[in-house]
Amino acid sequence: MSRARRAWRAFPPPARVGLVGLVAIVLVAILGPLFAPYPPATSVGPPFAPPSAEFLLGTDNIGQDVLSRVLSGGASVLILAGLATLLAYAIGIPLGLFAGYNRGLAGGIVMRGVDVLLAIPALLLLLVLATGAGAGATILVVGIALVHVPQITRIVRAATLQTTGRAFIEAAEARGDSTARILGVEILPNISGPLLADVGVRFTGSVLLVAAVNFLGLGVQPPAVDWALMISENRSGISIQPWAVVAPAALLAALAVAVNSVADGIARIYGRSSASGEEAPA
Amino acid sequence: MSERVAIEVRDLRIETRAGAAIVEGVDLAVERGSILGLVGESGSGKSTLALGLLGYCQAGLRIARGAVHVDGTDLLALTDAQVRSHRGRDIAYVPQDPQTALSPAQRIGEQIHRILRRHAPERDTPETVALVLQRVGLPADRDFVRRFPHQLSGGQQQRVAIAMAIACEPAVVVFDEPTTGLDVVTQARILDEIRRLSGESDVAMIYVSHDLAVVAEIADRVAVMYGGRFLEEGATADVLQRPLHPYTAGLIDAIPDHRRFAMPRGVPGVAVAVGERPAGCIFEARCALRVPNCAVEEPSLDVVLPGRAVRCFEWERTPPLARPERVEPALAGDAEPLLRIEALSAGYSAGGSTRLVLRDIDLTVARGRSVALVGESGSGKTTLARCIIGLHPPASGAIRLGGEDLAPRARQRSLDARRRIQLVFQNPYDSLNPRQPVGRQTAWPARRLRGLSSTDADGETLRLLDLLRLPARVAQRYPHELSGGERQRVAIARALAAAPDVLVCDEITSALDVSVQAAVLELLAELRSALGLSMLFISHDLGVVAAVADDVLVLDRGEICEAGPARDVLTAPSAEYTRQLVEAAPALEGSDGGGAS
Repeated sequence: MSRARRAWRAFPPPARVGLVGLVAIVLVAILGPLFAPYPPATSVGPPFAPPSAEFLLGTDNIGQDVLSRVLSGGASVLILAGLATLLAYAIGIPLGLFAGYNRGLAGGIVMRGVDVLLAIPALLLLLVLATGAGAGATILVVGIALVHVPQITRIVRAATLQTTGRAFIEAAEARGDSTARILGVEILPNISGPLLADVGVRFTGSVLLVAAVNFLGLGVQPPAVDWALMISENRSGISIQPWAVVAPAALLAALAVAVNSVADGIARIYGRSSASGEEAPA
Repeated sequence: MSERVAIEVRDLRIETRAGAAIVEGVDLAVERGSILGLVGESGSGKSTLALGLLGYCQAGLRIARGAVHVDGTDLLALTDAQVRSHRGRDIAYVPQDPQTALSPAQRIGEQIHRILRRHAPERDTPETVALVLQRVGLPADRDFVRRFPHQLSGGQQQRVAIAMAIACEPAVVVFDEPTTGLDVVTQARILDEIRRLSGESDVAMIYVSHDLAVVAEIADRVAVMYGGRFLEEGATADVLQRPLHPYTAGLIDAIPDHRRFAMPRGVPGVAVAVGERPAGCIFEARCALRVPNCAVEEPSLDVVLPGRAVRCFEWERTPPLARPERVEPALAGDAEPLLRIEALSAGYSAGGSTRLVLRDIDLTVARGRSVALVGESGSGKTTLARCIIGLHPPASGAIRLGGEDLAPRARQRSLDARRRIQLVFQNPYDSLNPRQPVGRQTAWPARRLRGLSSTDADGETLRLLDLLRLPARVAQRYPHELSGGERQRVAIARALAAAPDVLVCDEITSALDVSVQAAVLELLAELRSALGLSMLFISHDLGVVAAVADDVLVLDRGEICEAGPARDVLTAPSAEYTRQLVEAAPALEGSDGGGAS
């Protein structure tokens, strides 16, 4: 508790706002369905009805209640983007650590492979995967993870290169510690600063990619309720009933901003605690 | 005030935005043609004061009070733009690292022209530039003027920085540790140069340094700083001979001296940090002479003897300097060789060819002996340490430990071989993992190399911390929560956790303040006799070598040029290179004649 409180105090104000926003959005996504006034996937009124006492945010293109759909449609984006980001780090961190620590042939091969992946545009990769293996959540998660792997690998590798020459790594090598221990215990905790600063950008990227692919109809399929799908379905009626597009779009935007400001705050705290290492008097 | 005074500071206070004083109540005056040495350890505020003399302070700090008169003008009463026109013309600054003073993208001639153009356009001619370069002992031909900073050696770069400082014939030049990054021979030459310039050009100089021995070589008067205040001020020779403040006395006792085989003594305790200034005397917590009043009332800097000022109630009780004679460990006459290096060569490959930095090194460390390897930076001494612990495979030659041939790489060596040789690294800020409590880092080698259980290793950690006079709670701390001296002691504890036979120490005190260095050296001497350790002590500092070594090897550009018992090598060097080193090494004794010509 006291640690959490200290972190809160160390947070710059924008990060505090972001944290509150992020918690709110996550709560909406998880608990929202419980508060939905109507079943989210059933027509309950006329299409594109404007906001009223009956439908607080109006209805969508086939007469479903927008508020109910907004409250129910966040979970899929958050879960898919979260899984994709996790998977991307699970692949990228070991690759980057290995390539940064092993500057021989093996490390070079890893990096050239990563470069090939980097050369393929993100959406193209996702479209090819979706058409080749069929639309679906698993393909979506794997595809988005693959999009992120090259950049994560590069960041981890660059940070690892900087750390590898330091004396405490040499001390571990002189003891004959295993490569796995050197990478996991000595190096990884010391590159967490740049990694954490990057998490926000990656997660936001995942959210936008999930949304884009869903919007294109290659991800989550229509009976499902999803913010990005809502934008896609209702964009034809944006002049009659803007809320059906604006509400999910605003939540996606808020999610992106919140995650980024929180990640910046965390990175700032980490940067400070490692920089303070030089301040202690001899 | 005399006409000759070029800079006069009154009651200067520099504080953080939060109001904590970095520099407090500083008064000083320096006449033309004389040099004031400002001595202090890290955190004493000396660099902040040095910049404050130019009316400048770093982001986050502000000059809260005081006056800085340079040639009669109070810099602190001027606007930023006005102060800038004085800097470089009336008062100039030479920083520690010349690479930060020189633009890497401009030829050095152009950089000097630029200063002249700004402050003395009427003298902005190639002749002036040539003259200025000659005055700092640099060639002034066309070719040299057209060089870029990276084409110069470190010493030449620093001379260019000094040339830029004196180009406009300022009244005052402030030097902030200008020789700290240089080797001793170059340092000695630069000090001579500065000394000569001060006499020739009738300029007042302020020379800031952590190294009292360097200041002793160059300064007419010396001020000792601690916790942002002057504790003592006086003529250099007087202060060194009879320090009045207990801190000054401690500082002098802590300086290792290669002309005396005495053990330096550390000043106990840890230096005060910014923001924890006590109500009474700033030095009270570390002072052996403290009386109850010291914790309550702060003494003022009073002139107590002619030309001598001291900030201490009890200055009359400050004991005269006395240094314990170094205790020579009892040596077995025919100690068996433990670590043996035979015909070792090593180098770095670049573009297909190998450049050797070590050639044909032979070295023996007998059981229980302490062998020092002396050399300047670039002499290959760190490469040798890395070869010995298996981080750098040698090009040829053998490393033997008690008869066993060691493989070139640590991973190929037996567990026992890796355990028996341990290295303590130069920089304690880099050799501990910043993200692990230090107790875990000292316990791990005991588990990995000695096979101790986790519980036993924790017990061993506590025993070692105690042995190194660190409280047990240090085990839970992270490195950044410790001071430099504490970190280096943790690093030594980590090496000892492997229960080694040979301890290789690579410049282990060069990143520490002298008072802390002395404490670490004392501790090492104790550990050596208590644990029967053999040591290979790598250092560039002859004073440190005199304090710890039985035998000395001198490394000159990758080759051993002289070897023998420490006393013989340091008092009667036979190789020309060793003689140069011994003469150039700054020392407190016999410094009066040094460079005064």
